[in-house]
Amino acid sequence: MPDPTGDPVVAPRGGFAVGELCIALGAIILAAVMVWQVFEIPVSPLYAQVGPTVMPFFAALGLGALGVLLLLSAVRGGWQPEEEREARPDWQALAWIIAGLVLNVALIGPLGFTIASVILYVCVARGFGSRNPLRDAGIGLAFALIAYFGFAKTLGINIGAGLLENWLESIVFGVVPS
Amino acid sequence: MNAFDQLLHGFAVALTPVNLMWCLVGTTLGTAIGVLPGLGPALTIALLLPITFKVDPAAAFILFAGIYYGAMYGGSTTSILLNTPGESATIVTALEGNKMARNGRAGAALATSAIGSFVAGTIGTLGITFLAPVVVDWALRFGPADYFALMILAFVTVSAVLGSSATRGLATLFLGIFLGLIGVDLQTGQARFTFGVPELLDGINVIIVAVGLFAVGETLYVASRYRSGVDEIIPLKGSLWMTREEWGRSWKPWLRGTALGFPIGAMPAGGAEIPTFLSYYVEKKLSRKPEEFGHGAIEGVAGPEAANNASAAGVLVPMLTLGLPTSATAAIMLSAFQSYGINPGPLLFESQATLVWGLIASLFIGNVMLLVLNLPMIAIWVKMLRIPAPQLYAGILVFATIGTYGITQSPVDLILLYVIGGLGYLMRRYDFPTAPVIIGMILGPLAEQNFRQAMTISAGDWTVFFTRPISATILVLALLALAGPRLFGLWQTMRLKNQALAGDS
Repeated sequence: MPDPTGDPVVAPRGGFAVGELCIALGAIILAAVMVWQVFEIPVSPLYAQVGPTVMPFFAALGLGALGVLLLLSAVRGGWQPEEEREARPDWQALAWIIAGLVLNVALIGPLGFTIASVILYVCVARGFGSRNPLRDAGIGLAFALIAYFGFAKTLGINIGAGLLENWLESIVFGVVPS
Repeated sequence: MNAFDQLLHGFAVALTPVNLMWCLVGTTLGTAIGVLPGLGPALTIALLLPITFKVDPAAAFILFAGIYYGAMYGGSTTSILLNTPGESATIVTALEGNKMARNGRAGAALATSAIGSFVAGTIGTLGITFLAPVVVDWALRFGPADYFALMILAFVTVSAVLGSSATRGLATLFLGIFLGLIGVDLQTGQARFTFGVPELLDGINVIIVAVGLFAVGETLYVASRYRSGVDEIIPLKGSLWMTREEWGRSWKPWLRGTALGFPIGAMPAGGAEIPTFLSYYVEKKLSRKPEEFGHGAIEGVAGPEAANNASAAGVLVPMLTLGLPTSATAAIMLSAFQSYGINPGPLLFESQATLVWGLIASLFIGNVMLLVLNLPMIAIWVKMLRIPAPQLYAGILVFATIGTYGITQSPVDLILLYVIGGLGYLMRRYDFPTAPVIIGMILGPLAEQNFRQAMTISAGDWTVFFTRPISATILVLALLALAGPRLFGLWQTMRLKNQALAGDS
């Protein structure tokens, strides 16, 4: 899904309300995209007093108006709390976590939930300053397996099984799930 | 008394061994996630939503309610011992409670907050028992136009009145409404806002949005500020038994906190922040030792904690009787009702009497369990605080992934989860409230449905919302809620100016 409000902001530079400006513009762009999409909704020949476009149209209008208000506020110096503006985000920590998330999306299909989770676990722990990836991998593995067999099986939700899960299940239950 | 008979019947439901087990699981899990920073009841219930396909509704709601109440108890432990309030409602508890812990009175602070939570939770649940049937009687007269007006009021109060800025609150609310509108329109079958992505035809699952905002966004935010700084956990010192003086200084704040928390929670405005702050100021004003405030005054823990729990009980009144959620957790519980095909509202008390009264009875039982879990067994939870942040947050993200990937096993959902997580990070960093997103997402489609029904009944006459007395009154209230604080602020500054002028002359 295109996400105009999520993309543009990278770093708020001190003094200018750049971040706020991007957020306000993002809201306005999203509202514009919504209006465009509302006109894409075919009006049904089925009779309805209020068609499927009315509420989306008002939602787009509302978001657009609020975007303009945010823009005014951003031009006047922004609204970010002082303490938050001065805090420099720890980009290294964020990079580790984002790397973990991206790898997770990429690998969960081909390698299965457990292995992808262990990689995610190690990356996030590293982002939070852990210096012992092997130990983290061990904890992550135990955690992922408990989560897989406990949580998923109890709730009856089906997480993509990969090599490791099938292999373990074949040991535990003596059958290889197809 | 009818409500009393119904409640007895409810106890018969809640006291079956299976439901007692669900209640125990819920309260234990709730306390645990309340204690652990970075996890909250909305996120936990969202992750557990798939359970609605496996167990009967009474069991699921007893579990969810246990988590909801338990998180309130557990949250106070963290704010007292760690000084990092997990939710905004426990900020005040951290204010005085952490100072008490530093003075070696952690035991007393934990005791007054646990017992205060118990007192408030029990009185609040009694409040539900007797208030809910009254609201139901009244709500049976509501038509779709009135419901629509009520939802507008809830939208305004949760996004514009609570929080630091009406503009930002409403902006996130509209984002939530947009997310809620994505998918096929149930009335006409038209796809809306799907951008040609087939995965979006069924709409975006609320689990993805809640988990993205509350788990992924929160983790990113904490990581960006963490810098391996370790929070100091204050060791549990001091007797858990309160002295006679501490009891004397606690019981009135408990009752006053309850009296503030329950009604404010039960209003369609909802929210726990206003009553906790109010309670803090009231206690500071009434205390015989106001000089202790800021240095660990027990009243400043007892009152706000009670207010917090009483408002949590209050929030359940509009949720059950009107189907109107006023907090993110209540909104997710509403989506659990929807997943069972049950519509909360006045008819719920007729059609699902066993479920509703079983749930209410389980709240009484849960409060007793929570008192035991959080006082004699407090040492277990203190140990949980020692889980190192790297392990905790890595675990949270793995769980978030399971909860999301398990729904459809589609990488699209995971990408959506992470994008919403990034959005959640920006919202934290730029001071946008997150709860209105969830509320807008759940309540938006319901508001649209009521709007359409009202317009169909009125044969397309827009004035119906202003000519019906109930809906007109509610809309006026919503307008006042939106404009009132601004007018009040204006009036305040005028008054201060006048005073300054008077002082000069």
